[in-house]
Amino acid sequence: MWRYVLMRIVATVPVMGVVAVFVFLMLRLAPGDPAAVIAGDYATAEDVARIREQLGLDQPIPVQFARWIGQLLQGDLGTSIFTNLPVTTLIAQRLEPTLLLSLTTITFAILVAVPLGTLAAWRAGSLLDRVVMLFSVAGFSVPVFVLGYIFIYVLAMWLGWLPVQGYKSPFVDGLVPFLQHITLPTLTLSVIFIALIARMTRAAVMEVLAEDYVRTARAKGQSELKVLVRHALRNAAVPIVTVIGLGIALLIGGVVVTESVYNIPGVGRLVLDAVLARDYPIIQGLILFFSFIYILINLVVDLLYTFLDPRIRY
Amino acid sequence: MARDRDLALEAADAGGEEAARPEPSLWRLVLANRAVFWGGLLLVVMVAVALVGPAFTGDPMAINPIQRLKPPSAAFPFGTDFLGRDLLARVVYGARISLAVGLAVAVIAISVGLVLGMIAGYVRALDAVVMRVMDGLMAIPGILLAIALISLSGATLLTVIVAIVIPEIPRVVRLVRSVVLTVREEPYVEAAIAAGTRLPWILIRHVLPNTVAPLIVQASYISGSAMLTESILGFLGAGIPPEIPSWGNIMSEGRTYFQLSPWIIFFPGVALALTVLAVNTVGDGLRDTLDPRIARKM
Repeated sequence: MWRYVLMRIVATVPVMGVVAVFVFLMLRLAPGDPAAVIAGDYATAEDVARIREQLGLDQPIPVQFARWIGQLLQGDLGTSIFTNLPVTTLIAQRLEPTLLLSLTTITFAILVAVPLGTLAAWRAGSLLDRVVMLFSVAGFSVPVFVLGYIFIYVLAMWLGWLPVQGYKSPFVDGLVPFLQHITLPTLTLSVIFIALIARMTRAAVMEVLAEDYVRTARAKGQSELKVLVRHALRNAAVPIVTVIGLGIALLIGGVVVTESVYNIPGVGRLVLDAVLARDYPIIQGLILFFSFIYILINLVVDLLYTFLDPRIRY
Repeated sequence: MARDRDLALEAADAGGEEAARPEPSLWRLVLANRAVFWGGLLLVVMVAVALVGPAFTGDPMAINPIQRLKPPSAAFPFGTDFLGRDLLARVVYGARISLAVGLAVAVIAISVGLVLGMIAGYVRALDAVVMRVMDGLMAIPGILLAIALISLSGATLLTVIVAIVIPEIPRVVRLVRSVVLTVREEPYVEAAIAAGTRLPWILIRHVLPNTVAPLIVQASYISGSAMLTESILGFLGAGIPPEIPSWGNIMSEGRTYFQLSPWIIFFPGVALALTVLAVNTVGDGLRDTLDPRIARKM
């Protein structure tokens, strides 16, 4: 078991290495002079020279790479060109809203999608099943920001139930303002996640419901609820958890858009601010940061398998 | 010698024919599956609008400051934007851009992925290298990668398409590679090798046909997701140059006026959602009909 955990952790190293090389090469292989691109259209020759030096672009490529990897291994994601602050500091400053929004979204999506998907599988072919399936196809078809504006228009502007935009910290402003402001972004970001999880839950539970042990459970007089929760859902857990882990990529993309729609000062908005300011070290650092999170979460998912399904032994 | 070769060829051909055993025609499959039918119909309508629509609606670029931010009316069924441009004309024209981006991304991603996947599946020495690179690429969230690539290379139609293509490639490579790994163990491929068939011909004659069904399905998902990504990039201001009226760009311009003129985001949003819905429905239907074994990979 521990051998497997160790091997699995070691296996993430080459993936992270490829990500690092890719992010490094992106700047160097881009057409034209990256320093000039970053400096923008109105930059003077001195600006370009300063940026080139700051990014170490005046050094030979192998030297640049060695230096960069050395910094990364020390947890240094680079320094912003414009604010001169370390990227890690900038991320830390904005982590709270993003982390909380991600947590509320995942929690809400699981609470809605798993029961929906299970019920759809339980009554496959019923009206409920069709509605769930239709929702899960439609959920993949509407861009996140359009959903965001529809929610703002209906729930905030028309009905006036919730504030339109902004973020309130639960630690500074209190829990109620936080919940009021986080509800719409959570709803918006959850839709695609609910679609994904409900779809997978339905497929997985449907497969399990056809198993002999489900028939046995029913034959011995188990209530349907127990059959669904204890027998079906429990055995369907592995694919559901897997799809939640893979869905983190969707969540990260969605966070960037949702924070922009709702004006939330999180890490997602930092991406956009950095792009508009052409602050390339921040973009680089953020890509590494998000990829790291994604790899980490999927590592945890992999390791969870043994707990979810005792038959899986390594 | 020659006879042995002919026998082997016959065996190989029999295997090849098994793949092409009389199947119901594509048209009958389409009619048999309601999802494919309705999705396909919607898609055909969208393509028709994109092709001939701009001839009937006005100039999507014509600026008319007196008519700015007008709500939907008889003269402007979708209303006007902040420069008084006819939103219907812009949305109809935008269908061209979005569908073209979806198609281009799907074709390029599938072509590149097909070549890399075949190499990975057939050339053992390169397999590990290609697949590790793909693993790394897959770990980078697609939208972030696209934003970074565009911000570095400057936003043109071409760079946006390339930036959307790159994150899509690993899934195609994995899919093709898995097909190749299965097919190369089949008796008809062994027979073809025994008959002295050269590698390129084995790939074209025996491996390629087996990738067609899953790749068609994959292509539909890719084009749907490409259209969504294009709109998101446009919306974030990191997409196709703003003067091109793609759906994403129209909606991006509508952000500022959203509280007063929500129709600027609403109509292109609905058009985009319907198009992607059509593409995804066709994809799901084709998957169920062509190959029930391939699960949708996220």
